Amino acid sequence: MCLEPSTALKRTPFHEFHRAAGAKLVDFAGFEMPVRYTGDVREHQAVRNAVGLFDISHMGEFEVRGAESAAWLDHMVTNHVGALAVGQALYSPMCRPDAGIVDDLLVYRYADHHMVVVNAANLAKDFAWLAEHKPAGVTLTDRSDDTALLAVQGPKAADVLRGHIPLAALELGYYRFTTGELFGIPGTISRTGYTGEDGFELYFEPKHAATVWNGLVAAGKPHGLELIGLGARDTLRLEMGYMLYGNDIDDTTTPLEAGLGWTVKLAKGEFHGRDVLQRQKAEGVKRKLVGFQLDGRRAPRHAMSISSAGRAVGAVTSGTHSPSLERPLGMGYVETALAANGTALDIEAGSTKLAARVTARPFYTRGSHRS
Amino acid sequence: MTFPDELRYTTEHEWAREQGGLVTVGITGYATEQLGDVVFVELPAVGRKLEAGKPFGVVEAVKTVSDLYAPIAGEVVEVNAMLGDDPAAVNREPYGTGWMVRIKPSDPASMAKLLSSADYAKHVEGAHA
Repeated sequence: MCLEPSTALKRTPFHEFHRAAGAKLVDFAGFEMPVRYTGDVREHQAVRNAVGLFDISHMGEFEVRGAESAAWLDHMVTNHVGALAVGQALYSPMCRPDAGIVDDLLVYRYADHHMVVVNAANLAKDFAWLAEHKPAGVTLTDRSDDTALLAVQGPKAADVLRGHIPLAALELGYYRFTTGELFGIPGTISRTGYTGEDGFELYFEPKHAATVWNGLVAAGKPHGLELIGLGARDTLRLEMGYMLYGNDIDDTTTPLEAGLGWTVKLAKGEFHGRDVLQRQKAEGVKRKLVGFQLDGRRAPRHAMSISSAGRAVGAVTSGTHSPSLERPLGMGYVETALAANGTALDIEAGSTKLAARVTARPFYTRGSHRS
Repeated sequence: MTFPDELRYTTEHEWAREQGGLVTVGITGYATEQLGDVVFVELPAVGRKLEAGKPFGVVEAVKTVSDLYAPIAGEVVEVNAMLGDDPAAVNREPYGTGWMVRIKPSDPASMAKLLSSADYAKHVEGAHA
């Protein structure tokens, strides 16, 4: 076995709480993050059946201000920022002119500005990319170090927060948010998540880290709240078929290849990647991201090659054992002709071949999230 | 963290127990904590000759995959078939029902080259320094 030690890393405002809880900490995108507290499967099931608390403060937050913010962001991302009402959030890829994905992100529309939430691993790249394309009238500020971010996810998430956030915040629809008090401190309460369950993401200043963390742990106790590491975060998102940047999408893949056509608004006007995406939409893509399930016990893993009738046809981008479905599943790019549901594929796992079958996503369809 | 004194260890986190001329092999409690929930263990066929320090199988957890390395050279005389249905035994009882293979060593004296429990504990602590 080969287990790697970690080196000097950035820490989130909740680092001491992770240590005190006995978390195994690993390097994730330059941050020392909890990958597991008690066990991947137990944590996963807690989120599916009750509620879990995630520290996702490693993610980046950029503030965008200026009268032209929405128009400019619409030039930078593929989804339609201009269509957002105040209090609404949006998932979107951000593309290069060749339609390769710079990052996938969330855009929040506040009354007087926008907030862009990006992947930790891409924070510096995204900021440089946005700064390079920013017009003079728009102000772009990196608020990542001034922002703590926790996710409360699971069918009991609203029960945990009841009495600790405004009543109106409990009634938010999916991808809606509000500002207000949480555990007596100011912040943003967003009905979003990466698990397929009902839940909230809470943004606030790091100086309130202890107030909110301790408040959530105490309020969550009667509801079976567990602390959740990145391991379960990954199995939860993968059961939903959600993208992980760097695995399933990157600079070399386009939103249409990744099955993110619903986030590409060709009619909204000019934006980075539009020409390529319009052509791909008209002509069809050569490869597609598909989900697949396997019957054996062994899981597919990132970078394993996919073959059909002895011919290489693609590669695995994500794979795991699914705690909810109790079987291995994964995603990967294959030639478009092999992307139909039910298509049999072979996954090359060293000297053995694993039999896989293309399956519709989400793999897990009993989640509690409201759309 | 403490480790059973009657066992010998590798720096790759396998343990070895000598009994009646055979050596039973598994992975340590430290290793199972690092790996997380084990979901699959790939073991060699009975009769296969193993080389010391070379991979003989794969242990797969929900989020990680690791090779298993043979602590000593020898022939596989038995594998823990129960792990096919219950791979979680590796997490529950890493030194008991979670054992992996039984080897007839080609040189029983080479057990002495493996780490003692105290030396292995020091090795594990070093990983956290």
